[in-house]
Amino acid sequence: MLIRRGPDIKASEITPKEIYLSRRHLLGGMAGAGLIAGLGGKADAAPLTAGKSAFSTDEAPTSLKDITSYNNFYEFGTDKSEPARNAHRLTTSPWTVKVDGMVAKPTTFALEDLLKPAKLEERIYRMRCVEGWSMVIPWVGFPLADLLARVEPLGSAKYVAFETALRPEEMTGVGGFFKVLDWPYREGLRLDEALHPLTLLAVGLYGETLPNQNGAPLRLVVPWKYGFKGIKSIVRITLTDKEPQTSWNMQAPQEYGFYSNVNPDVDHPRWSQATERRIGEGGLFAKRRPTLPFNGYADQVAGLYAGMDLRKFY
Amino acid sequence: MAALPRWLRQPSLPDWPLYPLGFIPAIWLFVQAVTDNLGADPAKALERGLGEWALRLIILGLAITPLRQVAGINWVRYRRAIGLLAFFYVLLHLITYMVLDQGLDWTAIGADILRRPYITIGMLGFLLLLPLALTSTNAMIRRLGGARWRRLHRLVYPAAFAGAAHYLLLVKSWPLEPIIYAAIIVALLAWRLVPVGKAGGRAERA
Repeated sequence: MLIRRGPDIKASEITPKEIYLSRRHLLGGMAGAGLIAGLGGKADAAPLTAGKSAFSTDEAPTSLKDITSYNNFYEFGTDKSEPARNAHRLTTSPWTVKVDGMVAKPTTFALEDLLKPAKLEERIYRMRCVEGWSMVIPWVGFPLADLLARVEPLGSAKYVAFETALRPEEMTGVGGFFKVLDWPYREGLRLDEALHPLTLLAVGLYGETLPNQNGAPLRLVVPWKYGFKGIKSIVRITLTDKEPQTSWNMQAPQEYGFYSNVNPDVDHPRWSQATERRIGEGGLFAKRRPTLPFNGYADQVAGLYAGMDLRKFY
Repeated sequence: MAALPRWLRQPSLPDWPLYPLGFIPAIWLFVQAVTDNLGADPAKALERGLGEWALRLIILGLAITPLRQVAGINWVRYRRAIGLLAFFYVLLHLITYMVLDQGLDWTAIGADILRRPYITIGMLGFLLLLPLALTSTNAMIRRLGGARWRRLHRLVYPAAFAGAAHYLLLVKSWPLEPIIYAAIIVALLAWRLVPVGKAGGRAERA
């Protein structure tokens, strides 16, 4: 029988939540007033006010530690521990997002302006990585549809393309001899997928602004698709009438399709997608659990793909 | 060539301490995994860590002949211990995959072996190492005879190649680490193919 030692407790974890939140409020206020201009944009986590959502799962959320220390964000290194070490270099303030293409009102938003009218909600979603592991993440965000409504998509728009920031001077993983991906990171959705109420633009998790390694300051969350569709640190959103290029599809088209809906019946060519390991559940001896079609969101989204051969459109 | 110190060229230390020393990384990885210090997915991290140590030991074992030919460093007396340790790490890696990763789901394991090239190749590498581990004793060397034993133990070449390919095939895209392991293994295998200068003839190669 194994006797498990309790986790090491850091001083920061003993500080009562109210106190460290108020401390951050103070810092936030100081930053706003230009009092700590020297910190130059590496915004510390700030609390967010968010309503509840009926879309949230009641499954136990994965720990903040696991969510923020086990990340695929190849701009900061291919090892899952690297983004937590390297992503602090990313300047997330000021931040602008250009929304253009087939819209009536193309706009370059300062992040504050983009967020001002947003009604933030907490959405506790399952996240299934294409590598065969999963988490439950309490995101804070707002529907992508709300942002798209503000720029008024034209009737001709059929798809939405997304682009991550590309900053070689801040991103430790985009240089080098072997390019892991063709930067900048790109993703895309069909317009009806983008407008689906489950599709979220996230700005926070666990009630605070996003840590950089999770895609600060603004990222996409599409819970019925594999995690890599959730593009991080978005700087551009373009409406178009052609299926956009997506990074992993460009890298290995036979392995990563444009749709990439979670599907236990369509294996990755090199590994099975039938099961997954839920991170943090049982530690070293965690059992695999069956993967659900559309990651358990089939009731809400299966209709989007009626009549489509999901083996062909993987 | 400038003379290297004798303790380096021709060490006289016995090889037995290598066995307890060699298991330190495995024990350390396991302790880290059990005490939740191996990240969010400890089973995966343990599996990966053991596999990487197996590759490192295979590289070390393959480096012994070139080291002797190029630098006059003769560590042949440690090669058996290094090779056996590599085998044990492959075995522990395989057990971790079967027990902790797949939870002894034999259907899933069987399907993996048949249908996933990286697992097929990994299993092949293990099977190639098995007869080498079994014939590692002095008694077996005598029974087989030196020439036959040496021929048999050339199976380490395809096994090393399988190990390198196994790692390359399981990652997404082209991260650096598996490329480095593969490059070193391919270089060490290629060394066996090029004829050496006058210093050592082909016959000397093992």
